[in-house]
This record gives sequence, structure tokens and C-alpha cells, in this order.
Amino acid sequence: MGDYLVLAISAILVNNILLAQYLGNCPFLGTSKKMETAVGMAAAVVFVLVMAGLITWIVNTFVLQTLGLDYLRTIAFILVIASLVQFVEMFLKKSIPALYAGLGIFLPLITTNCAVMGVCLINVNEEYTFIQALVSSFAYAVGFGLALILFAGVRERVLLGRVPRPLQDTSIALVTAGIISLAFFAFKGMV
Amino acid sequence: MIEALLFMLIIGALCGTVLSFASKIFYVWEDPRIAQVENYLAGANCGGCGFTGCSAAAAAVVEGKAPPSVCAVAGPEATTSVAGVMGMDPGSAEPRVSMNPCDGGDRAEDRFYYNGVNTCEAMVAMFGGKRVCQVGCLGYGDCVRICSFSAIKMGPEGYPVIDEVACVGCGACQRACPKDLIHVRTMSDRLLHTNLETDPLAPCQQTCPAEIDIPTYIAQIREGDYEGAVHTIRERNPLLLSCGRVCPHPCEDYCRRGVEDEAVSINQLKRFAADFEMNSGKRLPIACAPDTGKRVAVAGGGPAGLSAAYFLRRLGHSVTIFEAMPKLGGMIRYGIPEYRLPKKTLDWEIEGILNLGIEARTNMRLGRDFNVADMEKEGFEAIFIAHGAWVDYNLKVEGEDLKGCFKGIDFLSRLASGEELDIKGKKAAVVGGGNSAIDCVRNLIRLGAEEVSIVYRRTRSEMPANEVEIEAAEHEGINFVFLAAPTQVIGDADGNVKQLEYLKMELGEPDASGRRRPVPVEGSETRMDLDILITAIGQQPDMSFKNMGPGMADLKITRWNTFDTDPYTLQTSIPHIFTAGDAATGPSLVVEAIGGGRRAARSIHQFLSGEEVKAPESSLFKRHIDESIFKQVPGVEKKPRSKMTELPPEERVKSFEEVDKVLTEEEALAESNRCLSCCRVCYNPDVAA
Repeated sequence: MGDYLVLAISAILVNNILLAQYLGNCPFLGTSKKMETAVGMAAAVVFVLVMAGLITWIVNTFVLQTLGLDYLRTIAFILVIASLVQFVEMFLKKSIPALYAGLGIFLPLITTNCAVMGVCLINVNEEYTFIQALVSSFAYAVGFGLALILFAGVRERVLLGRVPRPLQDTSIALVTAGIISLAFFAFKGMV
Repeated sequence: MIEALLFMLIIGALCGTVLSFASKIFYVWEDPRIAQVENYLAGANCGGCGFTGCSAAAAAVVEGKAPPSVCAVAGPEATTSVAGVMGMDPGSAEPRVSMNPCDGGDRAEDRFYYNGVNTCEAMVAMFGGKRVCQVGCLGYGDCVRICSFSAIKMGPEGYPVIDEVACVGCGACQRACPKDLIHVRTMSDRLLHTNLETDPLAPCQQTCPAEIDIPTYIAQIREGDYEGAVHTIRERNPLLLSCGRVCPHPCEDYCRRGVEDEAVSINQLKRFAADFEMNSGKRLPIACAPDTGKRVAVAGGGPAGLSAAYFLRRLGHSVTIFEAMPKLGGMIRYGIPEYRLPKKTLDWEIEGILNLGIEARTNMRLGRDFNVADMEKEGFEAIFIAHGAWVDYNLKVEGEDLKGCFKGIDFLSRLASGEELDIKGKKAAVVGGGNSAIDCVRNLIRLGAEEVSIVYRRTRSEMPANEVEIEAAEHEGINFVFLAAPTQVIGDADGNVKQLEYLKMELGEPDASGRRRPVPVEGSETRMDLDILITAIGQQPDMSFKNMGPGMADLKITRWNTFDTDPYTLQTSIPHIFTAGDAATGPSLVVEAIGGGRRAARSIHQFLSGEEVKAPESSLFKRHIDESIFKQVPGVEKKPRSKMTELPPEERVKSFEEVDKVLTEEEALAESNRCLSCCRVCYNPDVAA
């Protein structure tokens, strides 16, 4: 149990996918202007990441490793994740229209997201078990959501500040992201 | 190598198979037209239309939430193709255009010094913005930056100016404006808008019962854009020629220049613009929304009926007017004399309204020739009744039915219908102090009466008639008998009226209307000789139609015999019957009837669209915005008002020629330059000489 907790804390805070690994930069900047969008995106990421983490773990363990085709990992994962997201989208549209309406526009955005890909590869590289992969995928997604929502809150405030013209908008966002990232480095010694 | 290829082939095939099965299993029926429509859109996913991508826009078109012209990029051919898919007429959706109602700009005063981020959004977060005005533009141009089509530029005066040709109506600026000031509206939206507490309105526009955008049309006259001025007035008032002549201009009482100087001659400027159109020899085109296929009956072709018919027609409904008299116009034809509003002018104006495609059936009196049930049977989905107030009150004294006695409205309408009345050389008196009484005396003097008196029970300062009318009557040599209350009418043996007996009065305590109540002086009976007596002491509507025809039992009537309605929506107690004008308010101004006609048209439009009929929240109906009413207006220098030319009194009493002449172009220009271009709190002070 303790191991899983350590794993979760490490994934959420210490190795935060956005702030420590600096993956998934484009949704990080693109969907963080408004709190509302950030929350929607965070939810969609949790949903897709857990699914993708598990399916890629299964593909890797039972297909790629069995056949000794480890070197095809990246391309196989891309294919699997893309198909999965498409599948989920269709499934939601038919079966849970309410959830589809909430996550709908974010789902295609995540199809080829490097944060999703990155977590799947981490799971495999660290040679996690199935349960560990589940916890890690969920925790990384939560970390993604946490960082995104924090960042959106900060950006809404930054709008009110006095920002010199050359630094406005994306520039100040990147500077801010850097500072938040530095703050997250304080978690480094924890685990 | 082979196995890698094989593996990719298998996994690819597997994914493909699963997805194709899934697409079968999880198939959700989608209107095939969505895909067809999407084909014609630009496919750029630019968001220019205001929807999240082309497929969302296509879905909106199919659901009827967006017009075929939704795509801001694809152009008119795509619109035609999309309309083809939808089986619609490509012109059937009105174009939407962005409008900025605030022209405060740099003249607007600041509340505090601000040096934060130069965006409107950021500034609104700071105490709602730095400007004193609560609603005005902040001038940082969030709308300018968001516009993908370069249709908005920051003007030289510090407020955004919209290029209506470049604007595609995407609505991005409306969403970007944190003051909720810029709105993307169709023509119908503009026609249906009524004054709100949150609108940037000048005091005159707040006062005008028809809510005309006065500062805008005066500015257009100043710039020489007379056609633009006519269009601006027509957005609120279809009877600009008539109103320009007869309106008692309540707006001028609230003119901000009027606080320090004489008010701007607003109504004369309106008449100038209106006469410009008539004298130019061509009619300016009036746009109408696409046909809705709904039919509305308008009973009563007076100012309220014409106004409602005009606005309903412009909103795309098909309208039929039923009029009891032989010609349209109601009280403005049969009540207002020729010398104030020539019939030729009125005919020209009414023709322009009917040209929009309005059917008029004259000589059809409600309750006599048809009733409400007949209109329902004919397929009218909503009925508008504005039959005016044509029943004169009686004096309730003995002898008032003798030969030679008339009632005010009856007399005026008989004259207007061309009836020859033998007045020449006779002594006449009119009882009453309102505009109808003045109209009667001024008509009598023109008809050659030897001596004309007006008998009123209070004094001149309590007379409800317009000041200019009273003055005109004085100039024309009318004899005024004040503080006189008729007690009986005395006739000779043949039943002809000979004398009027009245009691002298004195003014006592103020009554409910705030005017001092006349109290009779005991034993002061006086008699005056006369041959003609006209009673013009007010009118009320004729509600006899209520008892003719079925289904009228639920119609509520007030004790003044007017319709019992909500004063804003003008919907009666029977939901599909609406009203306006004198029938709703009791005798009132033409401009009030015109404003009422538009509000009723708005309510009828809501009713026909299946919406709830109600006033908008924060409606500024018959109220003023406190912060707009100034006690002092610094920076105003006295400049004399342009005086309109009048026929000299000696000339005018000989004929029915129009007394008031229109301003010349020079005078109009000078007068338009007296306007301070006010808004809610801003105004342009006079440049120091």
C-alpha cells in the first residue's frame, strides 16, 4: 500500500508531467487561459490517460515483449492510443451523451498528446506491474490536472497585473510556468 | 524486418476492424445534411462564425440556430449552396452587423488613474473600469484585437468604429467586450430593442416616447448625411413627416443644452430630415425581414395602428389594416387640421408605409362591419386593436344638443372629411382647454367666423394644450374666456343655440393632477351670445364592439373605457389581442401612440414566435437614468435657437395653408451644431470662442 502511495506522490508532485518533465506543453498553454476550460481538459486527461496507460501496458507485456518487438513500441503505442481515443469517443457519444458533451471537444485534442504518450512509455520503462501502471497513469493525470488548474488560476490573475508589452500573453505564461516549475522542484527530495 | 512489417500490418488491421465495427455498433444517427453543409463551409475551423469549428457550425445550421451565411470565410456562393441543402431561400436569414452604441471615447471622464495591462478585460476587473460612466466604452480595444476581419478600428476620438461592410457578424467582438456594449444585431433585433437602464442614452432619447436615437440623427444632419438621418428616425418612428409637424417634443424639455440655454430644436430637425426625403422626389428604400408567413390584423389605421403595422411588416409578418373611416391616418387625418399637417403630406407618408406590402381595408368599422371573431376566422394569429378615443365627453348641461352645437372630434373629423359647414360671419365659442379645443378655434377663424372665443374653467397656465398652439391662437385673434364653467345652453324658439351661460370660477387648492382646482363663485352667472358652440373637453374610446361577437367577455376594460393592459407589453387580458395608442392610454400624444405601436409589435412578435410576452429586465420605460439628469451643464454658451418661419397671422387666418415652414438647410446646419451630442453622462461642451 505504502509503495503505491509513494508512487502516486512521486507522479503527482515530484515528477509532475507538466512541470517537472515538461511534457504536454501545448495543452498546458492552450487550455489554461480560462479556469473553465482547464477543468474540462483536466477531466478529459484523467479519463484518457488511465485508459491509455492500461491498454498500452497490455499491448507491451503480452504482444511486444512476447514477440520480441520492443523496438516497435513508439509506433505501436501511437496507433493504439489514437484508435483507443476514437473508440472511446464513439462509445461515449452513443452510450453516455452527457459525458460526451462535457469532454467532447477535448478528446480529439489528447489523441496525439505527448503527455499521454510519455506516461505510457514511463510505465513500460519502469517495468511497472499492472496495478502500478494503473496507479501511475491515474496519478500522472491528476498531476497534469493539478498543474493545469493551478496555472489557469495564476494566468487569470496575471491578466490584472502590469505586464510590459513585450512580455504579454504567451511570454509571461512561459515565465510563470517556469517559476511554478521551480516551486515544484522543492518536492525533489521527498521521495 | 518481415515480422515487424507483419506485426504493424496486423495491429493496423486490428485497430481498423475494431473501429469500423465500433462505428457500426455505436452509430448515432446524425442528420446527413450536417455533413453536406460542412462540405460547403471553408473547413478552416477558424472559429470566425462563433462556433467551435466547422462541424459545430454545420450542426447549428441544420438545427436552425445559425443562418446559411454562417461561414465568415466562404463567401456568398457557399451561402447559396448551404441554403440549397437546407431548402431555404439564401436571403432568408438577416445579416448580423456589429454595433457600438457608445461614442464617449476620449471625452469621457476618468474616475482614477490606471496604468495596468492595456486591455478592457483587465481594466473591468479593477472596479468595473476607470471611466465615470458606468456603461461606456473603455477604449482599450479588446474588440479591435479580437476581430479577424479588420472590421473594427479604434477611431480618432477614442472609441471603436465599425466598418459595416467588412463586418461579417461573427460576434467575436460582442464576446470580447467586457462591458457588454458592442452587440451583433440583425435589423429585427434593432427594431425590437427598447431602452434599457444599461444603455448609453442621452436624456432626450430617454424621454422620447418613441425612443428615437436623437443625437445620432442630429449628428448625421450635421455631417450632411440626410438620408442616414431619415433611416435613423425610421428605425423608431415611421411617421416622421407628421411627427416633425405636430409633435409637442417632450424630448426638448430634457435637452441638456436647455439647462443653460434654449433647448435644441429637435423636432424641427426631424422635420427637416423628413421634408428632405419628401422633397427629394424619391423614397428611400426600407428593408424588411424575410417573410414569416404569420398574419396579423390591425384594427385602426391611426398612428398606433400604422406604427404597429409598419414594424410588424419590417419584422417579416404579413399585416392587414382595417380602418373605419374612408382613409387611413386616424386622429392625425381627422383630428389634426390642414394648416398643421397638410393632407397631401400625410398621404405621401402613409403611401410609403403601405408600399412595404401592407393591405388596407377602409370603411371597415370594428363592431359594425366585422368583429374579432371574423378576424380569427380569417386566419389572423394575432389581433391588434388601436381604434383610438373618438367619443367626445358631454358637458352634461341642459341644452347642449341644440342646433349649432357640435362636439370637438366630431367637428374636426367632419371638416377633415370635406364637409361644408356654414360658419361664415357667425359668433362661435369652444369649451375646453386642450389641443382639440385650440384646433377647433383655429379652424373656426379660418372658416370665416366673425368672433371666436375659447371658454376654459381654469387659467391660461393650467391649459393642457401645447404652449406654441396657445400662442398661435392668441396671435390669430382668438378671444380667451378663462375661469368660466358652462352651466346651461340657451336656444331660441327654433331650437338654434343663442347663448351660453357660465359661472365664474376662482382657483382653490391644488387637486390630484397638481393643478389648482377651480371653485365656482356664487351668483356669478354670466351669458355670452353665440351661434356655434363646440364642446371639446376630452374623449374616450368606443368599446361597443366588446358586446358584438362572441368571446369578448374576458376582455378587461378600465373605468376610463380604455383597455386594461400592462403599459409596456400592451397585451390585453385576451392573450392574442394587443393594443396601443389612445385606446390603451386615453387621449395622448401622436408620438406616444407610435412608441406604443412599436412596443405592441414587439409583444406580437414575441407572441407569434412562441416566446413569453414580457418586458425586458431593467427596462427604462417612462423613466430617466438619474446620472444623466444634470442640474448644471458647464461649458455651454448661449446661442440663439433657429427660429422656424411662420406665415404671418393676418395671412394664415385667411386660408388653410400650412403655418409652420421647414428650416432651411443653413438653419438646420446651425441648429444641429447647437446639439451637445450628449450620451448618458458625456457631452461636448461648446468650443470657447
